[in-house]
Amino acid sequence: MTRPLGKDLIGLESLTPEQILLMLDTAEPFKEVSERSIKKVPALRGKTIVNLFFEPSTRTRISFEFAEKRLSADTVNVASTGSSVSKGETLVDTARNLEAMRIDMVVVRHSMSGAAQFLGERIRSNVVNAGDGKHEHPTQALLDLLTLRDRFGRLEGLKVAICGDVLHSRVARSNIWGLLKLGAQVGVCGPPTLLPRGIETLGVTVLPRIEDAIEWADALNVLRLQLERMQSGFVPSLREYNRVFGVTSERLDRAPRDLVILHPGPMNRGVEIDSDVADGPHSVILPQVTNGVAVRMAVLYLLAGGAPDWAAPPAGEDSR
Amino acid sequence: MPPPQRTLILDAEAIAKTLAEMADRIVEVAGRESDLLLVGIQRRGVELANRLATLVEARTGQAVARGKLDITLYRDDLQAIGPRPIVGETMLPPTLDGRMVVIVDDVLYTGRTIRAALDEFADFGRPRRVLLAVLVDRGGRELPIQPDIVGFHTTAAPGDLVNVSVVELDGVDSAELVPGATP
Repeated sequence: MTRPLGKDLIGLESLTPEQILLMLDTAEPFKEVSERSIKKVPALRGKTIVNLFFEPSTRTRISFEFAEKRLSADTVNVASTGSSVSKGETLVDTARNLEAMRIDMVVVRHSMSGAAQFLGERIRSNVVNAGDGKHEHPTQALLDLLTLRDRFGRLEGLKVAICGDVLHSRVARSNIWGLLKLGAQVGVCGPPTLLPRGIETLGVTVLPRIEDAIEWADALNVLRLQLERMQSGFVPSLREYNRVFGVTSERLDRAPRDLVILHPGPMNRGVEIDSDVADGPHSVILPQVTNGVAVRMAVLYLLAGGAPDWAAPPAGEDSR
Repeated sequence: MPPPQRTLILDAEAIAKTLAEMADRIVEVAGRESDLLLVGIQRRGVELANRLATLVEARTGQAVARGKLDITLYRDDLQAIGPRPIVGETMLPPTLDGRMVVIVDDVLYTGRTIRAALDEFADFGRPRRVLLAVLVDRGGRELPIQPDIVGFHTTAAPGDLVNVSVVELDGVDSAELVPGATP
């Protein structure tokens, strides 16, 4: 029998392939719920979920909120601005105060890597990581995996190139873990300043030029250039980045096969991806967004069934 | 502990005969309805509904719509049980408004599955009439729900399991009584 997920979903690194597949397979029936005229099932009726977003987010927050509402949970959104966080309250104090109002789950996004695990170890509610710093963004990777599986019918043996700002990307990290665990091959492509040193030790292929990625891959996951996380000097200019690393239709026309194009959004059109590619026939950017709701419904549904006693010991040497 | 004794209550031949009789009953009650929809409850009800639909089509010469329903997300014990059960596929027409629907399941026991199915139907519209057809009614109802069409009646104690196998999933058609199989 597949081991249940445990109390929290922090990242894909600590999960088994079976646990990742359980989430993907559970997402399948949830796709249909969003196609109904009454888009709601009573599975989480009476559960209270707090969306604690310390970083701006449109897609992920709304996607989680739809997932929660379509499962009949009651939801509250807390943003860092307009809450006591702006008065200097700590993450744990905010969460403990919310728990004192008897909540069941927290979906957290935070700019610090490790924030979700830190929180999960200190509160009884289930914690879902909606992106922590440069660490992981597990539900984004799950929806990428689901979209790839929809398109190719399999993940095993698939060649996926993750292109662009890998250094600052939690999406890249979660994707690498998820893809490798499910038997896909992973390539990374970007300017050396935006690839973490030693990334090949994870078992990924480094593709120095975007042309190499296009020739090698079955699918490209094009990352957003995270201008807000960059100090300076990572790329000479946006125009030059587009000229050297941009995914353009001219480049894709020379590909040996039709590539499937993913992008986690929000896109910098004309920087990492050109508009005619983003809106083109091989783009699955909008199906990714549709799948995001189903994947998040699956994660919430599965976690709500796990009692706190089953919490797996946190991974890593520095955990207590 | 010795393995529990199994008693065969229906073999393949008996199941074929029982389904034929159930199809006759469906034709009697609803055969003339052009909007007849047979909805199987995941998982084995789906296979039985498919077979019944084919049998009804052979009798009336009219196509019969098929649907499948997974009631997991509507279970009344979802908050109490441990690890979450696997959710199966639901496939129904966009609306059930005004339709003649027959719910098909393999075994009728407490009636809670059917309660959940009726709740789920309400989210898909308002059927004109809903009938319940089951292969085996084992008694032991916990809710005021009764079947309209029953293939086979038996009385099983609360700890007993009535296990229906179908060729499509299990390689064999059978219904067995396994005493003391559930705690």
